Amino acid sequence: MEILLFGITKDIVGTHSLHLDSADIHTVSDLKEWFLKKYPSMKGLGSLAVAVNNQFADDGDHIQASDELALIPPVSGG
Amino acid sequence: MLIRIVDQIDLNEVYQYLESPNSGAMNLFVGTVRNASNGKKVVKLSFESYQSMALSELEKLGKTAKEKWDIDKVVILHVEGEKKIGEPVVVIGVSSAHRQASFEACHFLIDELKKKVPIWKKEFYEDESVWVNAHP
Repeated sequence: MEILLFGITKDIVGTHSLHLDSADIHTVSDLKEWFLKKYPSMKGLGSLAVAVNNQFADDGDHIQASDELALIPPVSGG
Repeated sequence: MLIRIVDQIDLNEVYQYLESPNSGAMNLFVGTVRNASNGKKVVKLSFESYQSMALSELEKLGKTAKEKWDIDKVVILHVEGEKKIGEPVVVIGVSSAHRQASFEACHFLIDELKKKVPIWKKEFYEDESVWVNAHP
């Protein structure tokens, strides 16, 4: 699966888009845990949401490789 | 509704879009780059967006405002890229028959934009740069 990264999460990972091949990632919460484990500095963020197909998703939502996935760190527009 | 992520804001375009013979009021909020933040001198800002999702979230906000208030037209423009001190970075425009509805809808739209639309601001100071709101 492909994960889009923005703002501080893009800086932490060092790329705008990350390709992930993990058989263990089935839900939004699995995906968040994968990132928090691999990039512990994300634990210090004010919040970390996941967007599935351009919508904010809940932790229990299922994800698949064909979904458009993105990490959403705290927003600061305006 | 006119909802866009743009490189530069054109206030004339916003005004022209909002003009309507049905409207007796036009409310415009313009957010600009301030020269200081938390006591530090700001040199410039840089905005990044998740464009497809930002546009869809802004459309939802515009629709909600139209359901809640009796308003005619809605404009939401937000910039992407680097901006210098004083430059406009966001514009919310609402027109309505009477002024109260456009005041309230405009206030609602900028507050909600700041809460949930996936746009990120990086502040550049003289010695470092920081993603705003990233850490509690």
